[in-house]
Amino acid sequence: MSKDHIETILAQLGNRTENVTGTVSAPIYLSTAYRHSGIGESTGFDYTRTGNPTRKVVEEAIAKLEGGDRGFAFSSGMAAIQTILALFKQGDEIIVSADLYGGTYRLFEDFRKYGLSFLYDDFQDLKKTEDLINDHTRAIFLETPTNPLMQETSISAVSELAKKHNLLFIVDNTFYTPVLQRPIAEGANIVVHSATKYLGGHNDVLAGLVVAKGEELCEKLFTYQNAIGGVLSPFDSWLLLRGMKTLSLRMNKHQENARELAKFLEQLPEVTDVLYPGKGGMLSFRILKEEWVDPFLRNLTLICFAESLGGVESFITYPATQTHADIPEEVRIQNGVCNRLLRFSVGIENVEDLKRDIQEALKAASKEAVGQHD
Amino acid sequence: MTNSWTLQTKLLHNKHKYDKTTGGVSVPIQHASTFHQENFDGSPKYDYSRSGNPTREALEEAIAELEGGVRGFAFASGMAAISTAFLLLSKGDHVLVSEDVYGGTFRIVTEVLTRFGIDHTFVDMTNLHEVASSIRPNTKVIYIETPSNPLMKVTDIQGITKLAKANNCLTFVDNTFMTPALQRPLELGADIVLHSATKFLAGHSDVVAGLAVVKGEELGKKLYQLQNAFGAVLGPQDCWLVLRGLKTLHVRLKQSQESAEALARCLRNHPAVQAVYYPGLEDHPGASTQRYQADGAGAVFSFELKDEIAVKTFVSNVTIPVFAVSLGAVESILSYPAKMSHAAMPKEERYKRGITDGLLRLSVGLENIDDLKKDFLQALSHIEASRVLER
Repeated sequence: MSKDHIETILAQLGNRTENVTGTVSAPIYLSTAYRHSGIGESTGFDYTRTGNPTRKVVEEAIAKLEGGDRGFAFSSGMAAIQTILALFKQGDEIIVSADLYGGTYRLFEDFRKYGLSFLYDDFQDLKKTEDLINDHTRAIFLETPTNPLMQETSISAVSELAKKHNLLFIVDNTFYTPVLQRPIAEGANIVVHSATKYLGGHNDVLAGLVVAKGEELCEKLFTYQNAIGGVLSPFDSWLLLRGMKTLSLRMNKHQENARELAKFLEQLPEVTDVLYPGKGGMLSFRILKEEWVDPFLRNLTLICFAESLGGVESFITYPATQTHADIPEEVRIQNGVCNRLLRFSVGIENVEDLKRDIQEALKAASKEAVGQHD
Repeated sequence: MTNSWTLQTKLLHNKHKYDKTTGGVSVPIQHASTFHQENFDGSPKYDYSRSGNPTREALEEAIAELEGGVRGFAFASGMAAISTAFLLLSKGDHVLVSEDVYGGTFRIVTEVLTRFGIDHTFVDMTNLHEVASSIRPNTKVIYIETPSNPLMKVTDIQGITKLAKANNCLTFVDNTFMTPALQRPLELGADIVLHSATKFLAGHSDVVAGLAVVKGEELGKKLYQLQNAFGAVLGPQDCWLVLRGLKTLHVRLKQSQESAEALARCLRNHPAVQAVYYPGLEDHPGASTQRYQADGAGAVFSFELKDEIAVKTFVSNVTIPVFAVSLGAVESILSYPAKMSHAAMPKEERYKRGITDGLLRLSVGLENIDDLKKDFLQALSHIEASRVLER
């Protein structure tokens, strides 16, 4: 880890990576192949799937930010997780967060056909978690805070458990980013990101990142990244890098707005619960009546009703039909993702504007819903 | 409805917040150079990309709304925007220009406009009497930059626009250093606002672009004709990059400005620093005007060291800022006007304007302020050390 503060590392990403022209913004290398002067004289780049100079800048950046040994960039967060799954073999068991992103859930369920097993756990009582561990258990995959219920889990406590049983410990750090949480410092072996979210931050690039600690693990991940080939394109690597330069600023603003909105939502009569861990830019809330959900979303004029999160623009998501649609309703509701729950990715707009939009939309929704019943 | 949001929110939510066809929340990049025309007799909205492009239009409408004008125009560079605006003038016209205007604008005015029979006078715009007495019957434009570059002199925009209107002149304001987040010249009476969008608006040192916004419909039509006729338009990909940069303008500028003020205060107490020019400091001569017409002093300041040797020692020891031309980026950029922006100016002229061999300009980026202070102080300590050695 460099001695500089994270804001400084972020602002300077990509600068001084090229010495020929002195360019401040890292160049976009679209070349798929790299010329060798002679036999055995590679520049370090041969074929762009294996290694690309623009992708390398973003990979080194995330490794430095997360405090790992090596970073890997993928064409989406799901491509990143799929590549991590290549580390396992038939018969292996993995303990995963119960309140999991729907896409990850779908992928895990699908991988059962390759003989992998996934055991869901809420990590609220680590004794119960330990009871799930057996001879086949190979890893723990943790999301913290969880999505959409925003429950935090102690990374260091889970890490101790993982070490005790010699398990690989993987943490999805999408919601907090290295600005707020560095899982490797707390004992994780692998950190994974949907970089589409806060790291990219502008709702305009799809990307996944993985960082690992340990020579051997990194070497394996590199082998699978290259073999499977779900790599991030040079242009998208560059866009991601561009987004990361303002990560710290954005995250501070997201968090400042989210804290303020959590307080605001709590005192609204139309809102029954607010789920906010006190950190980051994500919160969830339940409104009083399920039939208000649709008119509420329709009456928002500022906040977008859209899937995804972590962008500069505020988004509200309805997990029941969007992110968590692939989880059976019964399981979903049992986990707390009920039909009154909305997830709010708080943007960097002026917070008073956001409050006004929510208040007006809720008012209109409760009126419309009453109208329907009359 | 959207007009009632604050500027901070408007940066993210305008009429192009999502694509009408697909709902996409990032404006699509329309690379098409030409457009299929459904109606044989119709006059289509888009026919050829130089005349109109949907991605460029999104940027043009965004900047027009932010500056409070009626129409915006995107150009391939700040200089393309400025020179196209100047071509609203005709042979025989005269223009008043800030004496410490940006070197590129100086070159257009002195080397190109003169060939077209457009005359100029350079004046100290901070002195309204001098401006008033320089106006001639054929003066058509007063062209100002405030704060000026690199000495950060502040011009009273409203004072100038009143003088201009009374004398039937247009006022052009280069708003590059401030951006509409801090200063909106059209609200103060200006007719055209110009930008090198390469700087704070885009903000990432990765796109060259210029923007113009006009206040009146009539002027808008004329400038559109020139934009289309000369064709120095901004490409769709670059328009999109500027739009992307605009989304974080407010947070970037706020942070950079905060750090600029802190660093300016830190430097002015250092024995190796002879002067700091920043309109956010109480003793800057333009501080009160700046407070009145802008919402902050921005993220650029200049400071003076003893001489060229001191500058050389400082530059070779400072590690964080990029030593380069340009400004307004996420990375701090340190420039040496004597050998960069003002190299073409004779030394005597340069010194007359206060641009000495010891002057450095700094555009403060998003790095942590403690890192910047530490870096600057250690670099300054080398100047001290070399002095001690000399003795």
